[in-house]
Amino acid sequence: MEPLGTFEITLRILYQLSPVWVTLVILFIFSIAFKRRLGLYGKLFDSPIGMIGFGMVMFWVFTGIYGAMDMIVTHDPLAQLSGMKNKAPGTPLRNPEEGSYPYYLLGGDNLARDVFSRLVKGAWVVVQIAPLATLFAFMVGITLGLPAGYYGGRLDVFLSFLANLILAFPVILLFYLLVTPEIVATGVPNYMAIVLFLFPIVFVTVLLNTRYYTRPKLRNPLLAGVLVIAFWLYLQTVSNGGYLVNTPTFSLWGLPRVLDFFDIPGGILVVFVSVVFVNSPTVFRIVRGLTMDIKTRDYVAAAQTRGEGPWYIMLWEILPNARGPLIVDFCLRIGYTTILLGTLGFFGLGLPPESPDWGSTINDGRKLLSVYLHPALAPAFALLTLVLGLNLLADGLREESLKD
Amino acid sequence: MGVFILRRVGVMLLTALCLTFVVFFMTNLYPNLEKLAKTQGNFRMSDEAVATWLERGGYLQSTPKKYLEWIGLAPSYRHVAEDGTVTGRCIQPGMTAEEAPRYCGILQGYWGYSTVFRDEVGNIIATRLGLTGYLMFWVMLIMVPSALILGVLAGMREGSAMDRSLSTVAITTTATPEYVSGVLFIAIFSSSAVGLKWFKGTATSAMENPNFENFTLPVLTIVLYGMGYIARMTRASMTEVMTAQYIRTARLKGVSFHNIVLKHALRNALIAPFTVIMLQFPWLLNGVVIVETLFNYKGFGWTLVQAAGNNDIELLLGVSVVSVLVVLITQLISDIGYVYLNPRIRIS
Repeated sequence: MEPLGTFEITLRILYQLSPVWVTLVILFIFSIAFKRRLGLYGKLFDSPIGMIGFGMVMFWVFTGIYGAMDMIVTHDPLAQLSGMKNKAPGTPLRNPEEGSYPYYLLGGDNLARDVFSRLVKGAWVVVQIAPLATLFAFMVGITLGLPAGYYGGRLDVFLSFLANLILAFPVILLFYLLVTPEIVATGVPNYMAIVLFLFPIVFVTVLLNTRYYTRPKLRNPLLAGVLVIAFWLYLQTVSNGGYLVNTPTFSLWGLPRVLDFFDIPGGILVVFVSVVFVNSPTVFRIVRGLTMDIKTRDYVAAAQTRGEGPWYIMLWEILPNARGPLIVDFCLRIGYTTILLGTLGFFGLGLPPESPDWGSTINDGRKLLSVYLHPALAPAFALLTLVLGLNLLADGLREESLKD
Repeated sequence: MGVFILRRVGVMLLTALCLTFVVFFMTNLYPNLEKLAKTQGNFRMSDEAVATWLERGGYLQSTPKKYLEWIGLAPSYRHVAEDGTVTGRCIQPGMTAEEAPRYCGILQGYWGYSTVFRDEVGNIIATRLGLTGYLMFWVMLIMVPSALILGVLAGMREGSAMDRSLSTVAITTTATPEYVSGVLFIAIFSSSAVGLKWFKGTATSAMENPNFENFTLPVLTIVLYGMGYIARMTRASMTEVMTAQYIRTARLKGVSFHNIVLKHALRNALIAPFTVIMLQFPWLLNGVVIVETLFNYKGFGWTLVQAAGNNDIELLLGVSVVSVLVVLITQLISDIGYVYLNPRIRIS
């Protein structure tokens, strides 16, 4: 068979991505039709920049999701087919098996794997980790930043000092200290996971308790139910193979293996924890600053006069009024987290070496960059468009939230 | 002002102590020490052999004690072997135990010995830092003026076509991390596949003989990522200043737009970017590590990766002390500079 031309490669990739296009079109039609009823999200569709950014982000989100369901990929991302090493985009397979896709659409990498399929699978790694890690960082930052800004005093001095301590670390040094196999063997990331994953539980519990404490009949079953589910999820994620921490010198029993339904692979947990750890001090500083500003407003004074508790004021008076800047920062921070994940992959830290995530793929591809461009260029463009999309989305959101 | 600076310096020293202790603790965890013993001795050491090796080097003392020794506030550990020979960190080859100083740590200027480069850590860091300093000099020289010009031009007339297009450029550069832009640059400008062979894809030769051909790409890669952020901050600050009352007064008085921007607005608009530029240093440090690895320029960032990747404990400690100090000192300068530049704070 002849190799494909540029035009045909583009057509075939567009065709391969057709589920993504369909979903994107449906999403946009519905969002634009109902934009007046959708609040800030709907207003996004008034700003062209925000719309472009949102489109770019959702493109990668859908690509990741469908890719995880094996809908878009043309080959197994780990399969090495003979004769396909470093082949140019559009090269036909040498002797294709029955029913397999006859081309490497974006060429083969230095281990003869399909670049296109790895690109799509890599999107799933990012789409899985980046938003969730950012969300956790926000939970930590909000839970600590609100009291620091609201109470001030010694608590604020102490927490700010801790935050500055982490911020003064060069990020790469911190990664090297946290993610190397020797440190992982001592269980430090597991301890950090045990502490960091507690924050979402604390946050949700306090949030619900302050809202419903006047109605014990509703609150008690609600809190009990939420706590049971949250702790169950917590133990599921934190415990691995029956242990919370399992090192040669020390081990801590966790959930028995029978009850442990899903395990986060060790590498991903380490990467997740370190990304949350790096991001949360910045979120803390933002929340603290916003809280200090908002606590001088009249409606806070009104709530204090009403006799509301401090945590009610923080979570139900201050936090909702700080949402604008926080949502914008959330988008920017997902982009930053994506960059951090790429950095980790680029230095070969944390994720397993055969992992299809974009940073690792760029790292693999850069060694032969002067001769073969395609293995490194494809993930580089992917990362660029995703982060650019997030930044444009944040810009659009900021513009729209400033309008009212 | 004096009290303010003293307090900041005090906090800075405390932070530096805490950070170096954390790094010290993390690098001196037992698995790291075990690996060190095995790479220094031999790989098939039994657990007992590892323990005696570590015992002889004084690695099995408590972490705070080791930390104080390393800093130079406690007398360094000495091991007396069965035949009476004394060995220790301070006792260099060719020195007897009596001649050697009791204290040898960072404060005495002894930074330790690198197991990877087989040299004094102090020497390595000095030469590598020199190379990186040269890189940073060019980065700053290009990045700061171009970012400021970009920001001022964009912020001069908010919402104009120029503002829109320059802001989009700034957003795009902040969305391009160094490892992406570096790969793109190498692909476009130096690979044999495209044919534009303007620059070299590695900067190894730039260590002895930096020239336009081998030094452009690394500098450009770092500049691009840092520039967008500073430009956006400058733009924000500039648009704020341009809506201020005194600018309106100057306009109503009939001062030309040119003069308003250059003489009235610019001075106030540049206060915020100054702190941002100083705070950019930690980020630049990241960029330096990535770019030096990507372009194989053997400077400070490259050394960090080598030290961390090869478990070279003393070199990694030295590198982290320097990088932590760089970050903290730039923070201090930015704080003091902000107070100094802003008359509202300076005079009160």
